[in-house]
Amino acid sequence: MNLLELNHVSVTLGDTAVLNDINLHVAEGEFVSILGPSGAGKSTIFRLLTGTLPLQDGAITGAGQNSFAFMPQRDALMPWRRIIDNLTLGLEVQGVPRKKARAQVTLLLEDFGLECFTSHYPAQLSGGMRQRAALLRTIVQGRPVQLLDEPFGALDALTRTQMQTWFEARWQAARWTTLLVTHDVREAVALSDRIYVLSRRPAHVIAEITVPIPRPRLGRPICAQVHAIEAQLLETLLDQTGEKP
Amino acid sequence: MQRPVPRQAGRGLVHGIPAVLSVASAFVIWEIYVRLSGISPLMLPAPSRVLDQIMLNRALLWDNTVPTLKATFAGFSLSLTVAFSLSVVLDFMPRVRRALFPIFVVSQTLPLVAIAPLVVLWFGFDLTPKVLLVALVTFFPMLVALVDGYASTDPEIEDLMRSMGASRTDIFRSARFPSAMPYFFAGLRISITYAVVAAIFAEYVGARAGLGIVILNAKNSFRPDLVLAAVVISSLLTLVLFAATAMLQRIVLRWRDLEERR
Repeated sequence: MNLLELNHVSVTLGDTAVLNDINLHVAEGEFVSILGPSGAGKSTIFRLLTGTLPLQDGAITGAGQNSFAFMPQRDALMPWRRIIDNLTLGLEVQGVPRKKARAQVTLLLEDFGLECFTSHYPAQLSGGMRQRAALLRTIVQGRPVQLLDEPFGALDALTRTQMQTWFEARWQAARWTTLLVTHDVREAVALSDRIYVLSRRPAHVIAEITVPIPRPRLGRPICAQVHAIEAQLLETLLDQTGEKP
Repeated sequence: MQRPVPRQAGRGLVHGIPAVLSVASAFVIWEIYVRLSGISPLMLPAPSRVLDQIMLNRALLWDNTVPTLKATFAGFSLSLTVAFSLSVVLDFMPRVRRALFPIFVVSQTLPLVAIAPLVVLWFGFDLTPKVLLVALVTFFPMLVALVDGYASTDPEIEDLMRSMGASRTDIFRSARFPSAMPYFFAGLRISITYAVVAAIFAEYVGARAGLGIVILNAKNSFRPDLVLAAVVISSLLTLVLFAATAMLQRIVLRWRDLEERR
């Protein structure tokens, strides 16, 4: 069953056509990535889904405002709130009583390795831990689809690799229906069931690639199949930026 | 990204030592000059003489400090209440902001020297004109601090809250208001120093009691030593209020200290 479908979605901002006839879908329990060059309009899709941007053209089905939990590029943790109060923000907005919200968060703390940090302020946490907190804040909202906007993009290379490996394990255990936006080919191949490749602006889907590689994929030698998919994606992307030799 | 905000000045006593030394040496030089030059105390009294006057007139000074403090607090409370209420209205209604802001700016261009006598003329010698003048002087900096503070909110936090289904009121309460706190305290520390000066000036123009009256009477009876004694008290008053706001800021903005230490 598809939890999300975009049909012929186009967006023009001012004079710039940003999205041009986007079609994509995400099935229940599926991990789908949107891969595209920087500035292609990947985040615009998320702004449509979260309601920050009104839908101009086309249709989004299986969606209400309440279908998505959104994790922004930077963690967007509130620096004046302790971690526990950051984690309950989404439930607080939903009107869940504080005690119940905290209880719900507490159930997930251990899985996210945050059990010792609840009374810390965000500034006291490392980049990786902050990102985990941001992810927990997203998951705990209990929405059907998780929207992750380059969640590991702001991290240093080492932390990013650690986070991706940790995330893969968490995802394998929980199977959240996920739509990930990224421009990191390796990340997309490592985490996704399917990948949509976007063109340059105005963005449309130029390739849809299935990744049939068994999990876990990270933390083990990269197999030839992964290499082949990565190479194919990279070539498609470079075609778009016009930098192919 | 957090926009830069003026941070708390001076951390710990160690940082205060150079300031204390320079102030102390200024007083020593002043004292030496008065003693060596033999200048009349009617022209320039020595610091030691001013100190003597404070001790001699402590009852008088204290009795007149209380009304000044009252005017300062009442005026400041009024200005805070109005500034906060209005800042909320302006934040929710940008159109009203565009209509009213110029009026507030103009209110800041009115010279206190001209306005104060008029306010006293209209409202008499009681607390009212002092409260109004203190409020007039401190209201605008507080309003601007709050409005700028709301605007400094990280747009990503607002987008995040909107994606959670938060209403405008939710966003104000949970994101915009807390984001404005550092700005609020920056404004508070500036305004509190204006507040005391405004109260004293309002008294100077017309009052029954207060440090302003002490200064006026001392001036009229050619007592610069007593004028300076009252000045010292008013400075101390301002410093105490300044320190109180700084302490309050420390408690409320604990998370900022953590951020700074990173």
